[in-house]
Amino acid sequence: MACMLLVDGIKNKFKKREMGTQYRTFLQCIHIDLPLLIGILLLIGLGLFILYSASNQNPKVVEQQILHTGIAFFVMFAFAQIPPTSYQRWAPWVYIVIMGLLLAVLIMGHIGKGAQRWLNIGIFRLQPSEIMKLSIPMLLAWHFHNIHLPLKSKTILFSGIIIFIPALFTAKQPDLGTAILLVVAGSSTLLLAGLSWWFIGVIITLAGLGTPILWYLMHDYQRQRVLTFLNPERDPLGSGYHIIQSKIAIGSGGLFGKGWLNGTQSHLHFLPEHSTDFIFAACGEEFGFIGSIILIILFMFIVLRGLYITINAQDTFTRLLAGSLTLTFFVSFFVNMGMVTGILPVVGIPLPLISYGGSSMLTLMASFGILMSIQTHRKLLTT
Amino acid sequence: MLKRTPIKNHVQEIQLISQRCIIMLVGMVFLVLLLTLRLGYLQLSKHALYNTLSNKNSLDLIPIEPTRGLIYDRNGVLLAENIPVFSLDVIPFEVDNYPKALAEIAKIIPLTDTDIAQFQKQLKQHRRFDEIPLKLRLSEAEVAKFAENTYRFPGFLVKARLIRHYPFDASLSHTLGYVGRINIDELADIDATNYSATNYIGKLGIEKYYEDELHGTVGYEQVENDASGEPVRILNQIVPIPGKNLYLTLDSKLQFVAEQALEGMRGAVVIIQPKTGEILAMVSQPSYDPNLFVSGISNQDFEALQNSPNRPLYNRALRGLYPLASTIKPYIAIEGLDSGVITPSFSLFDPGWYQLKNSDHLFHDWRHHGHGTVNLLKAIVSSCDTYFYDLAAKLGIQRIDHILSEFGFGELSGIDVDEELPGVISSPEWKRTTKGVPWYLGDTIISGIGQGYMQATPLQLAVAVATLANQGQHFTPHLLLKEQEPGKAAVSQSPILINKVELTNNNYWNIVISAMQSVITSPNGTGYLHFGHPAYSVAAKTGTAQVYTKQRNETDEDVNAQSRLPEKLRDHSLFIAFAPAENPQIAIAVVVENSKLAPGVARKIMDFYLLQELKLTPTPNNLTSVSKNSEKNTDGLHAVS
Repeated sequence: MACMLLVDGIKNKFKKREMGTQYRTFLQCIHIDLPLLIGILLLIGLGLFILYSASNQNPKVVEQQILHTGIAFFVMFAFAQIPPTSYQRWAPWVYIVIMGLLLAVLIMGHIGKGAQRWLNIGIFRLQPSEIMKLSIPMLLAWHFHNIHLPLKSKTILFSGIIIFIPALFTAKQPDLGTAILLVVAGSSTLLLAGLSWWFIGVIITLAGLGTPILWYLMHDYQRQRVLTFLNPERDPLGSGYHIIQSKIAIGSGGLFGKGWLNGTQSHLHFLPEHSTDFIFAACGEEFGFIGSIILIILFMFIVLRGLYITINAQDTFTRLLAGSLTLTFFVSFFVNMGMVTGILPVVGIPLPLISYGGSSMLTLMASFGILMSIQTHRKLLTT
Repeated sequence: MLKRTPIKNHVQEIQLISQRCIIMLVGMVFLVLLLTLRLGYLQLSKHALYNTLSNKNSLDLIPIEPTRGLIYDRNGVLLAENIPVFSLDVIPFEVDNYPKALAEIAKIIPLTDTDIAQFQKQLKQHRRFDEIPLKLRLSEAEVAKFAENTYRFPGFLVKARLIRHYPFDASLSHTLGYVGRINIDELADIDATNYSATNYIGKLGIEKYYEDELHGTVGYEQVENDASGEPVRILNQIVPIPGKNLYLTLDSKLQFVAEQALEGMRGAVVIIQPKTGEILAMVSQPSYDPNLFVSGISNQDFEALQNSPNRPLYNRALRGLYPLASTIKPYIAIEGLDSGVITPSFSLFDPGWYQLKNSDHLFHDWRHHGHGTVNLLKAIVSSCDTYFYDLAAKLGIQRIDHILSEFGFGELSGIDVDEELPGVISSPEWKRTTKGVPWYLGDTIISGIGQGYMQATPLQLAVAVATLANQGQHFTPHLLLKEQEPGKAAVSQSPILINKVELTNNNYWNIVISAMQSVITSPNGTGYLHFGHPAYSVAAKTGTAQVYTKQRNETDEDVNAQSRLPEKLRDHSLFIAFAPAENPQIAIAVVVENSKLAPGVARKIMDFYLLQELKLTPTPNNLTSVSKNSEKNTDGLHAVS
C-alpha cells in the first residue's frame, strides 16, 4: 500500500510538472540519474563477484555486503530527493554538528585509551569523519557561493581552517586515509573555485618544507608505512609484506588473470586484507590486466558522468559541490589502486564500492545521491 | 553590511569552474594512464617474475624419502632391513620454551640425557622448521600417552618412520657397517637434491660402499600451501624409487660358525671361494652392535666401545696388519722354484742357525737345534727358517717383493668396502723413504720367514692363499653377489680376474701344494697337532708372528715361555689353508692375536663348510695317497711345537 501510494504520488507529481515542463521523465521525477546509476550498479555487481572470491567464497561476507549495498542505495535515493537548495541552506549547521561529534569521538577515544572512529548510537555506529567528507565541500561551496570568485587570501585562510581542523581530528583517531580524503575533498573545492596557481605552488613548497614536521607528528606505524613505501624490501616479512604480496598477486595475474576463484595469493591468504583495502590486487590476480582495465574504465565512467553533472550544474554551489564530490571519488579509487600497485604509500583507503565495508559505502552512495539531486533538480531555462 | 554590493558575475564564475573541471579532467586522465602503465609493467612485462614468486609462495615440493634397499646373504637371508618405528619429533619453530617443554614431555615419555644431547646437536644442524627426532623407538604405550596429551605440546608430534635394523646385531657389523645420521661433512659431498628427504647415510662397510645403490631416488609431492605453511592439497606426486636390494656373497651360516669359532678371542677370519673371489665369510672379533649407531649412540656406550681393551670397533679382517710370518714360505718357495734358484731336491744342512759370509751375526731357526738336512718339502712341512733364510739371500729382496705383489700383498685388494688397508711390502726404497735407514742384507734374510717390515691384512692372506689354490688365478675379492633393482631380476656380479701368476713349470704349483698338504698330514707338519685329521684333503701353512722379541736365552722348545709372558705380548698365530686340496672350494685365512689357536679355529670352520654345507664325502684313496706321499718325503722329521 505504502509503495503504491508513493508511486501514485510520484506519478501525480510527474503529471503536474509535465505542464510546468520541469521534469520530463519518470527517472528525473524520482531524481535518479540513469547513467550514473548504471555505472554504480555495474561496479557494485562486479564488486560482489570479486568479493565472493576474495573472501574465500564466504557467503556471509557477500550477504553482509549486499545488505550494506541495500542500505546505501536507500541512502542514495533519499539524498537524491533533497533539493540542492536545502543542502545549501543546511551546510553550515551540518558542519558544526559533525564537528561536535568528531570532537566527541576524539574525547571518548582519549578516555577509552585507544583508537576510536565511531559513536555507538544504539542501532548503528556513526562515523563522523565519514560524514565530514560530504560536509566540508558542502560548507566551502556554500561559502564560495556567497562571495565573489576568484578567492581572496582571507577566504583561503578561512577554508584552510575549515578543512584542517576536522582533518587533524581524524588523523588523530588515528585514521590517516580518511584524513587525507577530507583534505582532498576540501582542497578540490578550493581548486575548482579558482585557487590561483601561484598559491598552489606556495602550498606545494610549504608541504615540502613541512615534511619533517609531519614526520615528527606521525605515529610510528605511519612512519613505517612511508619507509616501506619507499623500499618495500626493507622489511619483507613485516611492514613491506603487504605491498610485496600485493605486487605478486597483481603481477602473477598476467593478461587474462588466473580466473575467477583461482587466485592463489588471495585464497591461500598470502595477500593481506584481500577483501578490504587490497581487493584490487585480488581482482588483478584473477582477472588480469584486462579485468583491471575494465574496472578502471567503469570508475572513470562514473568520474566522467560526475564531471558532466558538474559542468551542467546551474549555480556556483552545485557546481563546486558536484565537482568536489567527483574529484574525491576519483582520488579515493586512484589512491587505493596506487597503493595496491605500489606507486603510492599504503594508506588505509578502501576501493570505493568494491571493498568490503559499510561506512565508506554509505558516504559514497550519499555523495552519488547528492550528484543525482544536483542533476535532476535543475531548472530548465530553455525548453 | 556592505554599502556597495558588487554584482556577482555568474557567467564568469561558471566559466572559471568549468575551466578548472577540464584541467582536472586532463590531470585525471594523466594519472589513470600512469596507473595503466604501472599495471602493464606488473602484469605484462614482469608477469613471469611475479608468477614465479606467486608459485613459490604457494607451491611446495615436499621430497619423499626412498626406501633403502635391503641386504641379503647369498642364500636370501635378510641381513639389513627397514623396520617401522614411532619417533617423537620436534619442530623448533613452534616451541617457545625448550627447558620447560622438555621437562613436561619427560613426565609422560622418559627422556635420557643422551636423547637430549643428541637432540641439542641436531637442533644446531637443522633449520627452525625442520622436524627433528627427539626420541626414536617409542613404545606403543608412550605413543598412546602422547596422543592423549598432544594439545599440551605444540611443536611436538609422533611420527612413524622406517629405520634401519640389523637383525643379527653384532654378527656382521664389521662387514655390513651401519647407517647413521648424515653429518656436516657428508652433507657437503652428497647430492643435495636426492638426499633432500633422507636422514641416514651409510657410514661404514657395505652400507657405505653401496650407498648409491641402496639409497634409491627421491620422490616428490607437490603441495599447495596457505600463507601459514599448512598444506591445502596435493597437486602432483612423483613416487620415490626404492634403493636396490643387494645379495652378498656371504654365507650367513658359515659366518656364524666362524664367529663362534673365534668367540672370546681377538682375531679375524676371511673365507674366500677361490674360483670366483667371492667372500663367503669375513669375521673380526670382538664385534659391536651396529643398531646402536643407527639411532645415535650415547657417549657412554661409544666410550665403552672405544676404550675396551679388545677394541671391538677395530676391523681386524680389513685393517689388522700382521707380519706374514711363516705363511710367506709357500710363496717364497714358488719364487725359488720358478726362478731356478732352487730345485725340489735341493737340500741344505740346518744347524739351527744361518750365517752370512763375512759376518758373525747368526739368524736363528725357531728350532734351537735345527732341522738337520732339509729339502724344500721338509722346509715347508716343518717350517724350517734356516732353509728360507738361505733361499731369501739367494733370491734377493726384489724377487721376493715381486712374488708377494703378484699374490696381492702390499696393495689394496679391491674388495667392495672402503676400510681396508694396503699393508706393506718392504723394499730398500720403502725403508729409505719411511724409516730413513738403508737396506741391509739382513733385512732380506728375515723377509724370507715373513718377519721384518712386511705386513698383511687377514683379507690379503686369504686372497693370496686363494690365488695359490687356484694355481695362480688371482680374483678380486668381493662381497656383492648380485643386485636387484625393485621389480626387476637380480643382476649377478661376475668374478674379476686381476692377474695370473705364471710359472715356467706348472708342476711347481703341485709341489708346493702337496707340501702344504703334508703340513697337516705329516706327523712332523706344523699343523698336524693343532689342526688334526679332517676327512677331506687340506693344504695349509701355519705362521707365528712375534709380538715380543725373544731373548736369546729363551727357546721355543720351552713350552712355558709364551705362557709366562703377559697375554698381550704373546705371539699371534696365523693359519692359511684351502680345501679340498685337489679341487679347492674354500680358502681361509685365520689370525688369532696372542694365541696359538688359529689352526683349531680354521678346522671348525672348514669342517662345517665342507662336511655340513657341501656334504663332501671323504675320498679315502686320494687322502691316503697324499699322506703316504708326504710321509715318504718328510721322513725323518722331528716333532714340531
